[in-house]
Amino acid sequence: MALDTTQIQDKLTETFGSAVFQYQQEKDIFSFEVNADKITAVILFLKNDETTRFNFLTDLCAIHYPENEADRQFAVVYHLHNWYENIRIKIKVYINGETPEIKTVSSIFLSANWMERETYDFYGINFIGHPQLKRILNMDEMVSFPMRKEFPMEDGGRTDKDDRFFGRTIDNC
Amino acid sequence: MSNSNINMVEPPEGVVGEGFFATKLNDVVGLARANSLWPLPFATSCCGIEFMATMASHYDLARFGSERVSFSPRQADMLMVMGTISKKMAPILRQVYEQMAEPRWVIAVGACASSGGIFDTYSVLQGIDKVIPVDVYVPGCPPRPEQIVDGVMKLQEIVKNESVRRRNSPEYQELLASYNIK
Ligand code: SF4
Repeated sequence: MALDTTQIQDKLTETFGSAVFQYQQEKDIFSFEVNADKITAVILFLKNDETTRFNFLTDLCAIHYPENEADRQFAVVYHLHNWYENIRIKIKVYINGETPEIKTVSSIFLSANWMERETYDFYGINFIGHPQLKRILNMDEMVSFPMRKEFPMEDGGRTDKDDRFFGRTIDNC
Repeated sequence: MSNSNINMVEPPEGVVGEGFFATKLNDVVGLARANSLWPLPFATSCCGIEFMATMASHYDLARFGSERVSFSPRQADMLMVMGTISKKMAPILRQVYEQMAEPRWVIAVGACASSGGIFDTYSVLQGIDKVIPVDVYVPGCPPRPEQIVDGVMKLQEIVKNESVRRRNSPEYQELLASYNIK
């Protein structure tokens, strides 16, 4: 019997009530939002429940929404994959912009370890309980988080490129 | 022997007489160095592929005395940096340069190595001359093997014409000091 989206939705409402909401079909992927404090429980449930069986974490990343209100400045996105029936889902968790932090899922899926480090590296999101939360791709001395929208796209250290010949303004906006 | 097509480099300027030939030591050393430059390829991305073509039989950099590609900085004369150097890679490039013995020369191959190229972004070094001195810049994204060979020939000219004592000269000391290299 194939697992369909209503089943996933029913299971989640039954177990977590209003902590999981905003269910919708986005193109060919079923998506929903989860409250930040419930994320580990929801992922653990989806992994271990014998009907959902989402046994693989495909991706974990973040999005910066500087226009949103303070409590929804960052979204952490989880992509899960059920290998038995080849079904994928997407989970979004919105978190606060001042102190972006969320519990780690690296104890549930070991592959989350590096993905969370990368997300920390680029967005500065603190994954509570992560075994080794330090930069992974950028150099350790870096102080900023380059994928945040306020971070300038171009390198400030360039000396040999004249902005006038690149159609850019002084502050590179 | 008459039908052999081995090319020999021209001897430097000098005085020829019966059984002797007199010239400047600088010129002889320069000639020897210029025609036995051992390259150290530091290839990080696409430009490195062009270097492979340059070394292969069609373009054959060995014709210019660079037969032996050295993969140890200690035995190389010519550091060829080909590709995008990220800021995280910069200290490693510098360390490789520091490990090379004098005399040493550097060619920046391609737009990325010369100026950061199209990668005008937070993670990419805007030209390797921010961390080590460069002798020859080869433009292009990527440069054709002919251009790389041309860059090597330009370097040979530099090597032939510089003084044996270059590394003791105050200008050279000052240059290295400006990069904070001992
Ligand atoms: S200069 Fe162009 S071809 Fe060379 S490494 Fe950079 S992007 Fe690649």
